[in-house]
Amino acid sequence: MKGKRILTGKYFMMGNTACAEGAIAAGCELAAGYPITPATEIANRLAERFPQVGGVFLQVEDEISAIAAIIGASWTGKKVITATSGPGISLMLENIGFAVGVETPCVIVNVQRGAPTTGMPTAGVTGDMVQVKRGSHGDYEIIALCPSSPQEMFDHTVLAFNYAEKYRTPVFILSDAFVGHMREEVVIPPPEQIETVYRKLPEPGTDPTQIKGFLDEDVAPMPIFGRGFKAHVTSSCHDEYGKRNLSDVSALDHFVRKLSNKILKHKDEIIRVEKNYQDAEVVLVSYGAVSRAAAMAALRAGEEGLAVGTFRLITAWPFPEEEIEKMARKAKKIIVLENNLGQLYPYIKAAAAHYADVYFLPPRVLGEIHDPENILKKIREVIQ
Amino acid sequence: MSELINPLHRFIRPGVTSTTNCPGCGNGIVAQAILRAIDELSMDLDDCVFASGIGCSAWVPSPFFNADVLHTTHGRPIAFALGIKMGLPQKKVMVVSGDGDLAAIGGNHLIHNARRNVEMTVICLNNSIYGMTGGQAAPTTPMGLKTTTTPYGAYENTFDISNLVIAAGASFVARWTTYHPRQLTASIKKAIRKKGFSFIEVITQCPVQYGRKTGSGSAVEMLREYKEKSVSVKEAAKLSEEDLQDRIIVGELIDKEKPEMVEEIMKMKKRASGENS
Amino acid sequence: MNRTEILVGGVGGQGVILTGILLGTAATLFDGKKAVQTQAYSSEQRGGMARAEVILSSEAITDPQVRKPDILIALAEDAVIRHLKKIKPQGLLVIDSDLAQEVKPGDYQVLKVPATSMAEQEGNIVVANLIILGALIKKTGLLSVPAMEKAIEVSVPPKAKALNLNAFRRGLEFKI
Repeated sequence: MKGKRILTGKYFMMGNTACAEGAIAAGCELAAGYPITPATEIANRLAERFPQVGGVFLQVEDEISAIAAIIGASWTGKKVITATSGPGISLMLENIGFAVGVETPCVIVNVQRGAPTTGMPTAGVTGDMVQVKRGSHGDYEIIALCPSSPQEMFDHTVLAFNYAEKYRTPVFILSDAFVGHMREEVVIPPPEQIETVYRKLPEPGTDPTQIKGFLDEDVAPMPIFGRGFKAHVTSSCHDEYGKRNLSDVSALDHFVRKLSNKILKHKDEIIRVEKNYQDAEVVLVSYGAVSRAAAMAALRAGEEGLAVGTFRLITAWPFPEEEIEKMARKAKKIIVLENNLGQLYPYIKAAAAHYADVYFLPPRVLGEIHDPENILKKIREVIQ
Repeated sequence: MSELINPLHRFIRPGVTSTTNCPGCGNGIVAQAILRAIDELSMDLDDCVFASGIGCSAWVPSPFFNADVLHTTHGRPIAFALGIKMGLPQKKVMVVSGDGDLAAIGGNHLIHNARRNVEMTVICLNNSIYGMTGGQAAPTTPMGLKTTTTPYGAYENTFDISNLVIAAGASFVARWTTYHPRQLTASIKKAIRKKGFSFIEVITQCPVQYGRKTGSGSAVEMLREYKEKSVSVKEAAKLSEEDLQDRIIVGELIDKEKPEMVEEIMKMKKRASGENS
Repeated sequence: MNRTEILVGGVGGQGVILTGILLGTAATLFDGKKAVQTQAYSSEQRGGMARAEVILSSEAITDPQVRKPDILIALAEDAVIRHLKKIKPQGLLVIDSDLAQEVKPGDYQVLKVPATSMAEQEGNIVVANLIILGALIKKTGLLSVPAMEKAIEVSVPPKAKALNLNAFRRGLEFKI
């Protein structure tokens, strides 16, 4: 092999490149995608690096095919990824629901851009925060991470694979053009320091008719193809054995609830937040790159003698409502900062408004990260 | 008294006791041809992975074949199959679906994977109608035909799916009807062994949504019509375009050698990793 | 080193982004500092607006966006028009004086470098940005010369290494 699989070392690296390296470090072997700004660097990097280390990047005819191909490959036991931006996610949504329904581990990167529609491809706007959770039809749960730096593009991608494998679910990296194209110091640790998880499989030689490969809230073993498990994998309503049932609504109820509870039951293990709000009167709630501007605003507010804390969602989904409620019980006022017109704001407000006043502040111009000066202005305004 | 068991019964998923097909449906003939081909090649179902889409024909392998089966979303089985083939290049990947699934909503995946010439066998059951949803017009519905969405007669030109796939670059394409189960089985065997994208179009009867509503009659009448209309590739070559109107050209339409994608990827990986190819 | 904000403006194809990458690479990998580089550009591959933002600091960088540049590097006239209003009081404006001539006097220093003609003498106008970087480092001592030279070595294609290094060194010799 010409290339090293894990490029241990320190780099001044672009976020999208770090994401691709994170995938390789996590043991991903197959990616499929379609070119789209501002995510293309991930495909380019994987296309260059994968063949050197035993993987394959497939450039397919559209994003529908990209998500389908990675789901198909995941069912053969491979760790898989696709990277796109909002328009690509819009095309993938039906098959994202498929991946949820048949419990397929996969990582989907959305380097979000100025939207709706074609919008402004090079502008970083986190406008698809709810789409990944609510875009495909029906009730379902997914996991989504919000990196704020190139280092986190690497770290979160590794974590996303681990979550995908552990919970047999699609996991999203909700980046944006700003973080995807950001360059910063990235440290890739030695292989032994990178934790990687692989999905549970049925015991080899198990009688195929006895394999309960679906709908276990504690995650069923995945009867991957090619091992004699004779898996019947259907996105139609099915039972633990994969057997289709299209006539009994109680089977549907069971199907939907088990799938959702598989994530919700493990919320405490999945959810990650960054908290720094002890004794704070005002707490700035944010995620992604905006959280870095929030950190600076809180620091400057402290210099002015104002008690301002921060709360950062690292996982947007499952939604950390208990953590937000806990924070709201301590804070008097909460300012939600998002680089959009308020996508997670209603969810945050619903969790916090009983205990604290909740305000929303978009950036002065969508596509720019909030100026800490403007955040300070808002802090002074809500304190009065 | 000894019990008589169909030799192909061992390929049926245990516990599946009934069929979802309507009486007279062509699905069973095609299912049997596929399983017989696998049997005659001395293969096991564990050598295969099946993918299907949405619609009646997609239910041929799902859940009946006792194999790894991925029953996917509408139009996408070939796109899923591409990923399966990449993950398990040594397995025979087969897609079984209908004309609406493969040629309407999934047309893009059909032509692009034919172009890639990625090794897989796609069996398209073409009944010229949307059966499961109640008899709507498809891209294969003949001009003038009254369906539930063309109550005054279909007004669109149709796809010749086999010719479409040939033009897109597949290395093996055959067309048969459900009147030709033996020939169909022989072509499926060839298709399975083909190093490349192999496509078989099976003209099949839907007596309920097509026969009954369009006046084509019962399954028996439709099969008789297939018999009468069919003309072999060899015979067809002697006939004029006018003579061929309303005929079904059956046989192996193309069988050629060309670079196959999975093999090309293996070569590319060797180049990239610095190994000598 | 306190937080130092640098904005590089120009048009696509001038090496605007590379200029930012070189500063960030030198700072993080070879000068023991922290750096964040971000960018903005329009969809044209050549000739469209391009902007690189770099923040350098001895400490971890929170806010990743340049708000009021301490240093504005204008590789094209358009960049002066577009960005000069954002410059910090007593900031430094560095211009390629071959391409940007008109600069209104204001509360900032101006370093005029005839970078395009100097680069032409070096053999290729595409390295005008390296001339500018040389002059900037000489003027400010922002980063060490060895760190910058190593950054150039690891960031440009091997074939272009000599051209870029020579241009950078030529910039270092520019009389300020």
